[in-house]
Amino acid sequence: MSELTKMTLSAARDALHKGEISAVEITKAHLAAIEDAKELNSYIMVTDDQALEMAAKADDMIKGGNAKGMTGIPIGIKDLYCTKGVHSQTASHILDGFKPEYESTVTANLWADGAVMLGKTNMDEFAMGSSNENSYYGPVKNPWRAVGSDKDTVPGGSSGGSAAAVAADISIATTGTDTGGSIRQPASFTGLVGLKPTYGRCSRWGMIAFASSLDQAGPLTKTVRDAAIMIESMAGFDPKDSTSINIPVPNYEAALSGDIRGLKVGVPKEYRVDGMPAEIEKLWQQGINWLKDAGADVVDISLPHTKYALPTYYIVAPAECSSNLARYDGVKYGLRVNGNSLDDMYKKTRAEGFGDEVRRRILIGTYVLSAGYYDAYYLKAQKVRTLIAGDFKAAYEKCDVILTPTAPSAAFNLGEKVSDPISMYLNDVFTVPASLAGLPGISVPAGLSAEGLPLGLQLIGQAFGEEQLLRVAEVLESAASFKEKPAKWWGEKA
Amino acid sequence: MTKLYQGATGDWEAVIGLEIHAQVISESKLFSGASTAFGADPNTQVSFVCAAMPGMLPVINEECVRQAVRTGLAMGCKINLRSIFDRKNYFYADLPQGYQISQFKDPIVGEGHVRIDLEDGSTKDIGVERLHLEQDAGKSMHDQHPTMTYVDLNRSGVALMEIVSKPDMRTPEEAGAYFRKIRSLVRYAGTCDGNMDQGSMRADVNVSVRRPGEPLGTRTETKNVNSIRYVMMVVESEIRRQIDVLEDGGKIDQETRLFDVATGTTRTMRSKEEAHDYRYFPDPDLLPLEFSQEFVDELAKDMPELADAKKDRFVAALHISPYNAGVLVAEKESADYFEALLAATVTKSGKPLSELGTLVANWVIGDLFGALKKLGVGITKSPVSIDHASELLCLQIDGTISGRIAKEVFENMLESGKSPEAIVEEKGLKQVSDTGEIEAMIDEILAANADKVAEYRGGKDKLYGFFVGQVMKQTGGKANPQVVNQLLRPKLDG
Amino acid sequence: MSVDKETVAKIANLARIEVSEEELESTVGELNNILDWVEQLSEVNTDGVAAMTSVVAADLPWREDKVTDGGYREKVLKNAPQAEHGFFAVPKVIE
Repeated sequence: MSELTKMTLSAARDALHKGEISAVEITKAHLAAIEDAKELNSYIMVTDDQALEMAAKADDMIKGGNAKGMTGIPIGIKDLYCTKGVHSQTASHILDGFKPEYESTVTANLWADGAVMLGKTNMDEFAMGSSNENSYYGPVKNPWRAVGSDKDTVPGGSSGGSAAAVAADISIATTGTDTGGSIRQPASFTGLVGLKPTYGRCSRWGMIAFASSLDQAGPLTKTVRDAAIMIESMAGFDPKDSTSINIPVPNYEAALSGDIRGLKVGVPKEYRVDGMPAEIEKLWQQGINWLKDAGADVVDISLPHTKYALPTYYIVAPAECSSNLARYDGVKYGLRVNGNSLDDMYKKTRAEGFGDEVRRRILIGTYVLSAGYYDAYYLKAQKVRTLIAGDFKAAYEKCDVILTPTAPSAAFNLGEKVSDPISMYLNDVFTVPASLAGLPGISVPAGLSAEGLPLGLQLIGQAFGEEQLLRVAEVLESAASFKEKPAKWWGEKA
Repeated sequence: MTKLYQGATGDWEAVIGLEIHAQVISESKLFSGASTAFGADPNTQVSFVCAAMPGMLPVINEECVRQAVRTGLAMGCKINLRSIFDRKNYFYADLPQGYQISQFKDPIVGEGHVRIDLEDGSTKDIGVERLHLEQDAGKSMHDQHPTMTYVDLNRSGVALMEIVSKPDMRTPEEAGAYFRKIRSLVRYAGTCDGNMDQGSMRADVNVSVRRPGEPLGTRTETKNVNSIRYVMMVVESEIRRQIDVLEDGGKIDQETRLFDVATGTTRTMRSKEEAHDYRYFPDPDLLPLEFSQEFVDELAKDMPELADAKKDRFVAALHISPYNAGVLVAEKESADYFEALLAATVTKSGKPLSELGTLVANWVIGDLFGALKKLGVGITKSPVSIDHASELLCLQIDGTISGRIAKEVFENMLESGKSPEAIVEEKGLKQVSDTGEIEAMIDEILAANADKVAEYRGGKDKLYGFFVGQVMKQTGGKANPQVVNQLLRPKLDG
Repeated sequence: MSVDKETVAKIANLARIEVSEEELESTVGELNNILDWVEQLSEVNTDGVAAMTSVVAADLPWREDKVTDGGYREKVLKNAPQAEHGFFAVPKVIE
């Protein structure tokens, strides 16, 4: 495969700006690589023609002296983003054939800056899952396999297709979305950087909703610098989203000074959960040491309600999803299964259109909101959520940023956890608390497991503290110096 | 004394409450920029937000907030500076989101009360429980196709105010008077046009009966009743029906009923009403709705004068009888016409308001209303403009024509549409006030009727009218009656 | 608290998802596993704690009252499974 696909976003940008490569060239290289990597199933739809058109325009932008950070960069877009006239089904059967007549704000921002769309990436249906096994289009395979094994592993979820695409060098970067860890956990499973910004930093307009109070857009990239460049393009206030926040978007790349001397890094004792593998515990300690070596002060902090974050999340998110997904009823778009009455049509359509996990969450969400149970479940969870957010607030009196593992394990084998929803849910134990508090988090690849699979460390920042978060992440990244790539087992043998 | 209904087994008391849905006057919808105009082609006033396309988000219309506050102020209600939008979840063909954005626990307007006028001249205070903002649904048409229902989403998302009364009404008359009162308030406040035939205002009518002094009975709710008369018919027929059922040993089901205009009665809905469980929860796409007391004060300051205040002012400042004042303010358009006419007449005649109030009021109520009734048109369609009407009144005030001639001129104005001055000129209807001319005429008449003069002088006072009549006859009714009196009396009395 | 078949059937009906008799049994088990697990929240003392209404402290933005959207029926109906004469069409509803 071409060296062009091995480039980081920042290297590609520099080469494009200097005219060393063209957007069309690098786009073609990626389209060829996608063709070669079909068995990963990371793309649901490849938009070849559109990609080449966009690339040609990007080249014009560069020639015209209007190049921006993302100009000419070929990227994959999670199928959850509405892209005008292009397959946007959040990997669900219920949205059969849906092609929106509008463009999501985040993707519109990227296109305005000259980014090139390669296609739509696979994902867990409606972003519900942690392994990308809940897609109507079939599971995504992680390019990474355990050393000496030919068993497929999962890329994590729900942005599994986006993660696998970048890890396999068939996209320079991708958009993901993160509701409870859907960017950070797949980044950890595939050796990538995954950033979930502060809730309200990116517009949710045109992102197919899963849980409105938690969903956020973010990038999956090869480096922290790449993430800084891409989030700057994606972020911004949008008057069409009442929960987006009107704060100027800074130059995030400029924040990567490499200097974190005197910065206080909090280490929460509650994240030392039972049964955490020793190698993860060790990696975490390694991370602490790296930051110390870079001049940061490490402080012990307490986030006392951590253990309640997952159950809180699994009440709040299903409740919101049960309502958000009511619009998929066979009337306005997508699948319709005929029935002998309106209600019969609804029931048949929704039974056939939604996969098992989505159906499960809709039912749980319907139950926790129903008469007689609202107070005990939903209201209780929203109160605990206040306590969880309060924990972080108190912690940030003592520290600037928090360091934790991203996930409690490395990538597991395909099919290993599908039949046990709760063990699947536990994957998000370290990512969900920040989501509930609306805080930004980033996963940085930090090492390999004994089996040779990537492991990530998570940094959690303060609300709208992305600059500092990225600065620390870059320091961690350089210290970890993670350079490994998955051994290529798919497509034409190199 | 509470009105009681006689049944075969004794007396019954009715308890009535109304939920009035009033469409907010605004250019665009509550959460979308689509138009609210009435009567457009199906689905032409629908945005992607109104159609609940995936990824679409609500943004609140500030004017709808203002209108709700104004209405609350008009009803003397508590304005809540913080309120919450909730989702009311249910499935229906014309509810594209699968939920209605409404306000459940924390409405924008709290308690207050309105005073209703009853036919016997008494008044009664009816409590208002709350007012909240919510989205209207679309429209389902069941009669356009043998096996399909057609759905038009033009109304979907239009702002409604739901005004909930306390169960304070006891008779059809009170229910009708309350509905009329609320309609008057919103129309005066300029927050709803009150056009019932366009569905701008409709009521859900809750009725139950009980033995006097006993706890509340089971209530029924009759939906979407769209006229004051129908509300009264629903109440009347429900009271009778419920008493009959109970006296036959039956029981009342808590159910939703429909009003059948043809029979003037209610019937149970054919579709099985399942137990509702709306699963209200705060809409995560919106933040709490908050505003300051200053915002409310500012709106209060700019509130238009409402009917009750206007009536009081008409009585106190214009010396109009309370009855006539009541007639004038019953419809906002009548009051507006009256005030505009009064102002124009003041300007033209140069006389003070207080002197003209009664004259103008009598003319509007007596002459104009009578003519409009005959023509079968409302005051907004009056064939006589303010300008012409004031001209007519001024001709009368300055003595150019007499009251009797004025009526004749008015008849002519209705037919011809000409200005009163033109008519008076054309037909030579100017009042004769020339004392010389009238004196000569009197002398002539007295000479020609010497016998009658003798009889009069002999004590037959009643003949005075005969001489006045003769003068009027000679002048074709144009002689100024005051001048005639001034001259005739001394001549007769010798 | 745990759910039985009847409750699951009721929830499924509220959510308008057809669940067959066989599926009902397994769904009861799945939902109860999850509900038992989230049950641990009951041990948290939340007396006097306000429920979260929004994670970010911000004011609800207000929109000016102007017609800025709509007027594109073709686009609205384009993805509809069935549209006739400018309407969405659904199986007949009897009131």
